Amino acid sequence: MWKYVLKRIGLMVLTFFLIMTMCFILIRLVPDVITCTPTDNVCNSILAWREALGYNKPIIVQYFLYLKEIFTKFDWGIGFKMYKNQSVIAILGEKLPYTMYVNFFASLMAVPVGLILGIFAALKKNKWQDQVISVLVVLVISVPSYIYCFVIQYFICYKLGWFPLIVNSGSVSLDWSFFVSYLPAMLCLGLGTVAGLTRYTRAELTEVLTSEFMLLARAKGLTRGQATVRHALRNSMVPIFPMILGEFISIISGSLIVEKFFSVPGVGAMYIESINKLDYNFFMFLSMFYVAIGLVAGLIVDLSYGWVDPRIRMGAK
Amino acid sequence: MADEKNNLPVSDGVSSDDFVFVQDKQKLSDVEIKTKKIGYLADAMYRFGQNKGSIVAGTILLVMILFSVIVPFVTGYQVNEADDYYQNVLPKNPAFEGSGFWDGTQTEVVGETYYVEYTNYGRVKKLFGISEEYSEILDTTTKQYTVLVDTYEFGCKYKYFSLSDYQKLKEYNDLLPDDQKIIQPMVDTLTWNASWTNVAVRDAVRSKMQTDANLTYQIKKQTGEPAYDVDGNLQYCYKFDTNGNYVYYLLDGSAYKLRINWHRYYVYVHGHEPVFLLGTDSTGRDILTRLASGGRLSLALGFSVSIINIILGIIYGAIEGYYGGATDIVMERISEFLSEIPSIIVITLFQVYMVNQHNVNPVISLFVAFIATGWLGTAATVRMQFYRYKNQDYVLAARTLGAKDRQLIFRHIFPNAVGPVITSSVLMPPGVIFSESALSYLGIINFTAYNITSIGAMLSEGQKVYTTYPNVILWPAIFISLLMICFNIFGNGLRDAFNPQLRGAGDS
Repeated sequence: MWKYVLKRIGLMVLTFFLIMTMCFILIRLVPDVITCTPTDNVCNSILAWREALGYNKPIIVQYFLYLKEIFTKFDWGIGFKMYKNQSVIAILGEKLPYTMYVNFFASLMAVPVGLILGIFAALKKNKWQDQVISVLVVLVISVPSYIYCFVIQYFICYKLGWFPLIVNSGSVSLDWSFFVSYLPAMLCLGLGTVAGLTRYTRAELTEVLTSEFMLLARAKGLTRGQATVRHALRNSMVPIFPMILGEFISIISGSLIVEKFFSVPGVGAMYIESINKLDYNFFMFLSMFYVAIGLVAGLIVDLSYGWVDPRIRMGAK
Repeated sequence: MADEKNNLPVSDGVSSDDFVFVQDKQKLSDVEIKTKKIGYLADAMYRFGQNKGSIVAGTILLVMILFSVIVPFVTGYQVNEADDYYQNVLPKNPAFEGSGFWDGTQTEVVGETYYVEYTNYGRVKKLFGISEEYSEILDTTTKQYTVLVDTYEFGCKYKYFSLSDYQKLKEYNDLLPDDQKIIQPMVDTLTWNASWTNVAVRDAVRSKMQTDANLTYQIKKQTGEPAYDVDGNLQYCYKFDTNGNYVYYLLDGSAYKLRINWHRYYVYVHGHEPVFLLGTDSTGRDILTRLASGGRLSLALGFSVSIINIILGIIYGAIEGYYGGATDIVMERISEFLSEIPSIIVITLFQVYMVNQHNVNPVISLFVAFIATGWLGTAATVRMQFYRYKNQDYVLAARTLGAKDRQLIFRHIFPNAVGPVITSSVLMPPGVIFSESALSYLGIINFTAYNITSIGAMLSEGQKVYTTYPNVILWPAIFISLLMICFNIFGNGLRDAFNPQLRGAGDS
């Protein structure tokens, strides 16, 4: 088991560095010339910074200088074109709370709703309740998220005026009014999760409900409720739990679309800006941030399968 | 005493002659199946036909594809063709003219100033009622007019023409009947207010009248409301020359400044009435044309990318799975590595290199970027199927009989992968369409400079004005939602039909 975990971590680090090297070289090959007026202090300090990190030297030298900064000081550089002259890490630290806030509460609300709907649909299989839920699930899964962002923003925020149109961009707090301003965004983020989880839970639970041990459970005298809760639910959770875990890990990465639609001042908006302006350091850092989250989430989800279900032996041949 | 025969217990008159060998000297073989044979494909098609929802979705999808292919050729508008003034006009179909529905009209509540101005140039089609609103703060009562306005009427605009253009227009204009003239008399903005002592107010009124060609009457100093004469009529202030005739142009340097009726001028320029079946967006572009060509881009990209991805995936997965061993390990590491790169990074890098550096069309860069990592899923499916079937006895038999690798791969093993490949790739086109529209919505991909449009870009533009003009975002939103829903239902139906495990499941 530990051998397997170590091997996975080793592979993960290797993949991370391969992607980082590739991104670095490809991004740095794009010419990016900055010319400053002598009086522009910010611009000149950026130039000095670039000179110190060997921007006029070959790419490979630049890369090792870049790695050196990361390994010795965990310094991922400063912004050249956005948040000029400010540390990339510090800016992420400012933006991350918004993304995590909105995603955390979205997941917190969506996961129970998704589970309950899925269980309900499975128990009412092929009855009208199940049909209604299935149709809604197909609708939400098919329709792109920016469409229901629009529907929610237009009808609930604009026409009915229940929520503000744009989120509160003050510092993150546990204030009720702050929460309310983020509620439509959370709703949009949560809808997709609810639909996915409902569909998955229903599929898993219906499969378990038809298995033989359920018949045995009923035959030995358990009521339908007892059999469902004690046997079916616990077994159907085996594949669902890792999915929920993945959902909670991804609260750090967030959604580009929903953040843009509701003007959430989070990581997503920053990433889009870094792509449009092609800021070397921001693009590199945020890309690697997303890659790291993806890799770690994949690993944890995989390992959790073995933890949830003892029948699965990790790394077994 | 009993004879020999009677030694046998005679119970019911059965003799040994009654016993014969059933298959004596007969050939023993399986009974031929009497029912009709149903092949894999025929069965899939049959089961797909049973799924009514998928059939409906497929039909709608077909209609949408035809719509996207045909409509851009018939509307008569270009994707980026923008009229200066026909912005945010509502959908209009000439067949519904005057019905109040789909005829470019809407009900608005306007104040006195706009009511008079609209009526003066014919924007108001019908007056529903007048209400009075009392303002406590100002202690005044203002009239509010509920009117039906024609969003296609803009009245007059000032426009500069060169001499030759002016002559051409005048020639055309002279042939028109009096109430259809394009060139309208100029307005005297200076004389009637010459006596005003407050120069700042006077100049403000003058410059307002010089830009707004619909103000052909005197207005009040402060409020801009129309100034009536004693009988309550508007006091028009047209410009007259020394002979008492209307003045039709002002010479500004070598340019002719004319006051033209924009609707009629539009007909003069374009040769047809301004009719926008779905209205126009905020820059005056026809939504229908943009919608159809955006849809065409999405669909073309979705299908072409999927087909290439499937072919690449099959080739890659077949090589991996068939040869196995070191080949497989190396190729599998490559595809694992590629699958870990977030697609947005790949797309951005292609965008930077191809579009920003070499001015390649962004559609091509997007196409390449989607292919770069899109084939991984198909390759994994095919690899798995190859692993499952390559060591089966029939394959070994074929190999023993001297079949070449190519024959083994494509004749003997690959047919087993067709089902899983179809089931895993039917949802690829909607995935590509979703990615494309999301990227262009986020502004990461920008088609504007290339005379191409996409649904995502339309949504992004519509989002800016949806509180005042929901029409602009409504159509692309409906289009993409319907497209995705139909694709998903159709794809799911197809997937179930081609899933061998579900064979016969529908009959029970």
